[in-house]
Amino acid sequence: MADNSMGSFSEDKIRAEFPIMKREVKPGIPLVYLDSAATSQKPQSVIDAMNDYYELHNANIHRGVHTLAEEATAMYENAREKIARFIGAEKASDLVYTRNTTESINLVAFTWGRKFLKKDDLVILSEMEHHSNLVPWQMLAEKSGIRLEFIRVTDDGLLDLDVYAKLLNEKPKLVSVTQFSNVLGTINPIKQIAKLAHEAGALILVDGAQSVPHMPVSVKDLDIDFLAFSAHKMLGPTGIGALWAREELLKAMPPFLGGGDMIKKVYLRSFTANDIPHKFEAGTPSIAEAIGFGAAVDYLNKVGMDAVADHEKAMTTYAVEKLQQIPGLHLLGPAADKRGGVTAFELDGVHPHDVAQILDGDGIAVRAGHHCAMPLHDRYNLPATTRASYYLYNTTKEIDQLVESLYKVKKVFGV
Amino acid sequence: MDDLYREVIIERYKNPAYRGTLEPADISFEDENPLCGDHIRVDLRVDESGIIKEAAFSGHGCAISQASADLLLESIIGKSIEEIKHMGKEDVLDLLGIELGPVRLKCALLPLKVLKAGAYGLGEASDDLVE
Repeated sequence: MADNSMGSFSEDKIRAEFPIMKREVKPGIPLVYLDSAATSQKPQSVIDAMNDYYELHNANIHRGVHTLAEEATAMYENAREKIARFIGAEKASDLVYTRNTTESINLVAFTWGRKFLKKDDLVILSEMEHHSNLVPWQMLAEKSGIRLEFIRVTDDGLLDLDVYAKLLNEKPKLVSVTQFSNVLGTINPIKQIAKLAHEAGALILVDGAQSVPHMPVSVKDLDIDFLAFSAHKMLGPTGIGALWAREELLKAMPPFLGGGDMIKKVYLRSFTANDIPHKFEAGTPSIAEAIGFGAAVDYLNKVGMDAVADHEKAMTTYAVEKLQQIPGLHLLGPAADKRGGVTAFELDGVHPHDVAQILDGDGIAVRAGHHCAMPLHDRYNLPATTRASYYLYNTTKEIDQLVESLYKVKKVFGV
Repeated sequence: MDDLYREVIIERYKNPAYRGTLEPADISFEDENPLCGDHIRVDLRVDESGIIKEAAFSGHGCAISQASADLLLESIIGKSIEEIKHMGKEDVLDLLGIELGPVRLKCALLPLKVLKAGAYGLGEASDDLVE
């Protein structure tokens, strides 16, 4: 995937390219950022790409014929090509810009779902889904009367594929699941899940919010129908994400929002929709952000997604081993070989908010709460957990700091 | 931020004096903070003249919200329901003796929000109650 690979992975070199890594949270207390599953930090090249657009090329796209408009349009579409290639898509026109993963999934539910799903049609989800892959389908169920069923999650945080096999007998129309749980860290066997879905006559949507940033993902290799992901979790800016879908699906789907750019012709009482992907991109989009998204993909390609995944595997294995040694700490999710760089846990006698607050005192940023996965927390009877997550810029030294700080939490609370 | 975890807060969190439920209670109300799932229920027993005689809280949450509930209930024994209606954010912060950012402030104020909604006999607790 990488054109000019860095060769050996250098944490120091990578960290030097992220300005925020020089930040001290308080004087003398450097930032230890372990919250990349919420949002990633940005390398200088992404910040520069967006500044460059604003300083030199700022213009609206697909409209003017002046030089700046031509440049801005080319930059915006060039980024689309890069992002499409990054996920193994054959055509850039099958990649729709959205605001984020949430909007991508909503787009499918609102357009494909409303047109092609009828009352009592079955959509299979799982218990480990983020709210963004639950609520849009619940809203559609309310509107159209579709049926929702859920792949159970086992005690050790894996999808129960026996349950899945039984659900497939009920002739589902769509299977919509995450590739990488943002709480358990579980990496699901999407290729197998997709194959089974297709054999049962269903389409498959993959929530790639956590997987696309952290491992090589190819829509062609996985043989899936929809892929939703966000730029901000993969070194890019907020406010931009993508939906990739197979061409014939995008062509058959009605438009999403109405307005400029999504039309070919507009009359007082009607319109004709534009070609894909523009049909789904109404109004002036996040142009600088799309360009930043492209720069983020360039950066990840330069490092190489295999190298990113290998680094995180090493980090996760180390973190799991160290965290499990802390008395009273209970880690959620499967064994290290079935998970990516996410470790959520509970600590006996201390609420996650208090854990996160005391870690913050040591400059360590983690997430505390239900991580937008309330049903999954209900599944494990936990109101909330503390989550540390890792990316290419994290080091084992930072994990040591996390562990040390967790012992401090235990001391403060006398547990 | 470690100064948030003053001894009194840890002590109240671990050994609350007012934890429990009152059944029957004259006033009972519960609510949660949807951001973190903290959940608090407050039960009160009040005499004929509206003076609070007994109070208890239940539910789950972080040290700040639990300690806040315990200190708050201690402070209202012997007060009237009318006085409760006039309590505000500052009363809770005085009890806790700490300063809080906007996120943790919600934890600290949840018990007061629940208490005031109960005092007013409202259907639901609103943030306006603790402004």
